[in-house]
Amino acid sequence: MKHRYLPMTSQDEKEMLETIGIGSIDELFSDIPEKVRFKGEYNIKPAKSESSLTKELAQLAAQNADTNRYASFLGAGVYDHYKPIIVDHVISRSEFYTAYTPYQPEISQGELQAIFEFQTMISELTGMDIANSSMYDGGTALAEAGMLAAGHTRRKKILVSRAVHPESRAVVRSYALGQSIEVVEIPLKDGHTDMDALTEMIDENVATVMIQYPNFFGQVENLKAIEPIVHGAGALLSVSSNPLALGALTSPGQLGADITVGDAQPFGIPEAFGGPHCGYFAVTKKLMRKVPGRLVGETTDEEGRRGFVLTLQAREQHIRRDKATSNICSNQALNALAASVAMTALGKVGTQEIAKQNIVKTHYMKQQLKKAGLEIAFEGAHFNEIVVKTKESVKQLNDRLFENGMIGGYDLGLSYNELSGHMLVAVTEQRTKEEIDAFVQEIAAKVQEVGATHA
Amino acid sequence: MHKDNQALIFELTKEGRVGYSLPTLDVPEVDLSELLPADLIRTEAAELPEVSELDIMRHYTALSNRNHGVDSGFYPLGSCTMKYNPKINETVARFPGFANIHPLQDEKTVQGALALMFDLQEHLKEITGMDEVTLQPAAGAHGEWTGLMMIRAYHEARGDFKRTKVIVPDSAHGTNPASATVAGFETVTVKSSDQGLVDLEDLKRVVGEDTAALMLTNPNTLGLFEEQILEMAAIIHEVGGKLYYDGANLNAVMSKARPGDMGFDVVHLNLHKTFTGPHGGGGPGSGPVGVKNDLLPYLPKPVLVKKDDAYTFDYDRPDSIGRVKPFYGNFGINVRAYTYIRSMGPDGLKAVTEYAVLNANYMMRRLQPHFDLPYDRHCKHEFVLSGRRQKKLGVRTLDMAKRLLDFGYHPPTIYFPLNVEEGMMIEPTETESKETLDAFVDAMIQIAKEVEENPEIVQNAPHTTVINRLDETKAARQPVLRYYKAE
Repeated sequence: MKHRYLPMTSQDEKEMLETIGIGSIDELFSDIPEKVRFKGEYNIKPAKSESSLTKELAQLAAQNADTNRYASFLGAGVYDHYKPIIVDHVISRSEFYTAYTPYQPEISQGELQAIFEFQTMISELTGMDIANSSMYDGGTALAEAGMLAAGHTRRKKILVSRAVHPESRAVVRSYALGQSIEVVEIPLKDGHTDMDALTEMIDENVATVMIQYPNFFGQVENLKAIEPIVHGAGALLSVSSNPLALGALTSPGQLGADITVGDAQPFGIPEAFGGPHCGYFAVTKKLMRKVPGRLVGETTDEEGRRGFVLTLQAREQHIRRDKATSNICSNQALNALAASVAMTALGKVGTQEIAKQNIVKTHYMKQQLKKAGLEIAFEGAHFNEIVVKTKESVKQLNDRLFENGMIGGYDLGLSYNELSGHMLVAVTEQRTKEEIDAFVQEIAAKVQEVGATHA
Repeated sequence: MHKDNQALIFELTKEGRVGYSLPTLDVPEVDLSELLPADLIRTEAAELPEVSELDIMRHYTALSNRNHGVDSGFYPLGSCTMKYNPKINETVARFPGFANIHPLQDEKTVQGALALMFDLQEHLKEITGMDEVTLQPAAGAHGEWTGLMMIRAYHEARGDFKRTKVIVPDSAHGTNPASATVAGFETVTVKSSDQGLVDLEDLKRVVGEDTAALMLTNPNTLGLFEEQILEMAAIIHEVGGKLYYDGANLNAVMSKARPGDMGFDVVHLNLHKTFTGPHGGGGPGSGPVGVKNDLLPYLPKPVLVKKDDAYTFDYDRPDSIGRVKPFYGNFGINVRAYTYIRSMGPDGLKAVTEYAVLNANYMMRRLQPHFDLPYDRHCKHEFVLSGRRQKKLGVRTLDMAKRLLDFGYHPPTIYFPLNVEEGMMIEPTETESKETLDAFVDAMIQIAKEVEENPEIVQNAPHTTVINRLDETKAARQPVLRYYKAE
C-alpha cells in the first residue's frame, strides 16, 4: 500500500519484522480472538487522489448557500461578523494546530501564553476576575455553569429565562437530568425576562438564575434590576453573554454576575454550520477553584524567567476522576487562539466601534421597517437583533428573500408558539445600508400587496 | 522583568495603534445614549491590546516558535494518536460552502453539508460496526457522557431504576469515571490482572443488578488487546448491563476488529485522533457516538435522516435524551475527518492500523533491553515502559521525559496508566518513518546510558529549551491567571 501519509517501504517492513522476530504483520494481531476478527476491508468508498477529492468536495460545498454569496440577516446565536484576515494566518501556523494539550510546558510556551492572553481578554470584556481556557460552546458552557452553581450552593434547582437561546436551554436540561437537578423556566414579558415572575419563583432552593445578555431576542436585559433579586435569595447569577456586545454594554461583572459564559464565535470564528465555535467561562475570584476545564497560570522557571503552566489541575478529571465536577478534557483551544487574534486586532478601540456599529445599524433597520409599516414586537433597548412581525409566513418570506440573494432571519415560531409569524432579524456591521434597504423593500412588498387586495 | 521574557501582547500596546479595518458606518450615526439606558452603557473600556497588524503577526509567530507540534517533530504522546494532520483537510474545511454557512439556514440551502454529514455517519457505522451514529458530541469526553446518558435512558425506559453503577478498569482514562459521575452514576473500579488485562474474576465480583454499564478501551491504555472481550461482554449482558467502547484507541484495530462485533452497545470516537481532526493545541475535537438498535430511540436530537433524496433533521424523537450541544456538532472537524477517510479508502485505513501496530512493536522490541517492559507480549498501537530501573538510580521518568526535549522530541505520556510504576506510554502512529523511530529509540537508549553514567544531565534537563523547569507549586499556590494593566 503506497500512500502519501504512509512512509513504510517493503524494505522497512522486512527489517522491522526481523527485529520483532516475526514473519508477518498479521502475527501482531494474533491476540484478537478469531470470533471477533474482521475479515477483509471495510465496505466504504474507495480512496480518491488529492485533486479529484478536492474537486468533489468543492462541488459539494458549492451546493450550500454561503454568506460570501448571500447577505445574511440570520443570527440567533451565530453571526456573520468581520473576520480579520490575519486570524486565519495565525491559526494556520502548524506549530499551533498540530500540537495537543500543553502538558510539557518547556516546549508549549506559545500555546500556554496564548491561552493566558485569551483568559485575560475574556476577563476584561466580561468584567470577571478569571476566565478559563475555553469550553465547547456557549450552550455547554451555560450547562456547566448550572452544574457549578448546584455544587457550590448545594441546591438542586435552576431558573432559566425563556429569553435564553432555546438550544442552550435544551442543553442545560440534558446536563441537569444527569445530576437530577430541576430546571424551571422564567416566563417572558415584552421580550424580556419577566421580573415579577422571577421575584415570585425564586426561593432558597434555587442554585442559580440564568439570564442571557443581550437576550435571544436581541433585547438588553436589565441585569442591574435582576441582580438583587437573585442574590437576595442566595443564588448565583449566571449570565450568558455575546462577548462582542460587551464592547458597548456594561459588563456582567460590573453588574454583579457570579458566572459569565458565552461563545466567542463573533470574534473571528466562522459560522461553520454551528461548530466548532468557542465557549468561554468566567467567574468571580471566590469560584476560582470550581471552574471546569483547563486554566493556565503564570510562574517562573529556575532562572527566574516568566513562564506559563496548566495549573489548579486538582479540579480536573485526570486527577480527580470520579470526584471531578466536570468531565471536560479537550476544549476548543485553536478557536480560543482565533478569538484572541480577533480580539487583539480589534483591540481596545475596535471592540467598542464594532459593538456600536451593530447597535446603530440594527437601529437603522428598525426605523426603516417601521417606516415601511411593519410592526416591531419589542420596543426595548437592543443589541444587533430585533423581532419583526411578518405579514406572511416567515418561511414564505425567507424563500422570497433567498431568491433575491438574501438569507432571512430566524423563524421564531419554531421555538416560541406565541411568536409564530415573527422573525428574529440580525444586523451586523457586515450588512451595508443597501442590503438593509433591499431587505426592507422585500419584507414590505408583501405588506403592500396584502393591503392592496383588501382595498 | 527578566530580559528573556517573551512579551505579552498587552505589553506591546501603544495608545493610538490599531490592527483592524472595519466597514465604514454607512447609516446615520446615533449616540448610544439615545438607544441604551445610561447604566447599561459601558463606561470603562476593556483593556485589550492596541497594536498594528505586523505587531500581531510577529507576536504570534514568536509564540508559535515556542511551541512543538507534529509538524515540528516526533510527538509520541501515548493515547493521543499524534499522527500527521493532512493539509487537504484544512483546505476543504475552509471552502466557503462549509465554513461560511449558518446552522439555522433553510435545509434546502445546505444540502451539500447535510450530505457530507450523512455520508460520514454511514462510513463511521461501517468502521465501528454500529447501527446508527450521531455527530453531535463535541469531543471524546462529551461523547462518553452522551453515551452514558443514553444507557441511563435505556434502563429507565424499561422501568429499571436500580442501575446506579458504571464499572471502569483501573487503567481507564480519567474522563471515564468523570463522565460517569456527571451522568449521575457511581463508579466502580475493576482491577487489572498481572497480564495487564481486565481481571475477569474481579469483574464477576463487581457486576450485578445495579450495573448500568462497563466502560472499556480496547486495546486498553497499556496498548494490549482485551482477548477475553466476548467473555466480558457476556458477563455484562447477562446481568442486563451495557458495554461502552471508549474509542480513544481505535487507531489500533481499524479493519481488524470492530467494536460492534466485539459486543459493544455504545461507542464514541475521537475524530481529532484517529481521523486527523487535528489536535489544535487541545481542541476543538469531535466525539461522534455510535449505538446498536436497542439504544436508537435515545439518540440526541435532532437526528439527520434522508427522505425522498433530500436530507433533513428529525426533531420528533420523543425518547431522545435531548440536545447535548447547540446545533449539530463540530461540523468543521467532521469535514476534516470525512476528507481523511475519503483520502484513505478501505485499503488505506487497513494499512493505517497495520503500520501503527508494526511501528509500536518495533520500538517496543528495540527499547526492551534498556527499560522495564511490564507486559511482554505483542502490543497494539502503543506500549507502556516502566522507569523503575532508572528510578533506583535516582532518575525519575519525569527527568527522562524532560531530557527528551533536548533531542527535539515531545516526550511520551508519563505516569499513565496509573497501574504502571513510573510509566512511559509511547504511541508512534503510522505516519512516522523507520528513520524517525530509530532516531528516537537511539535517543532513549542514550538517556538510559546517561542515567547510569551521568545522571545529573538527565536530572537537570532540559538544557536547550526557551525556559527550563517551571515552579508549578508557585503557580498553584499563588495563582496568576491573567494579566492586569500596570497602574
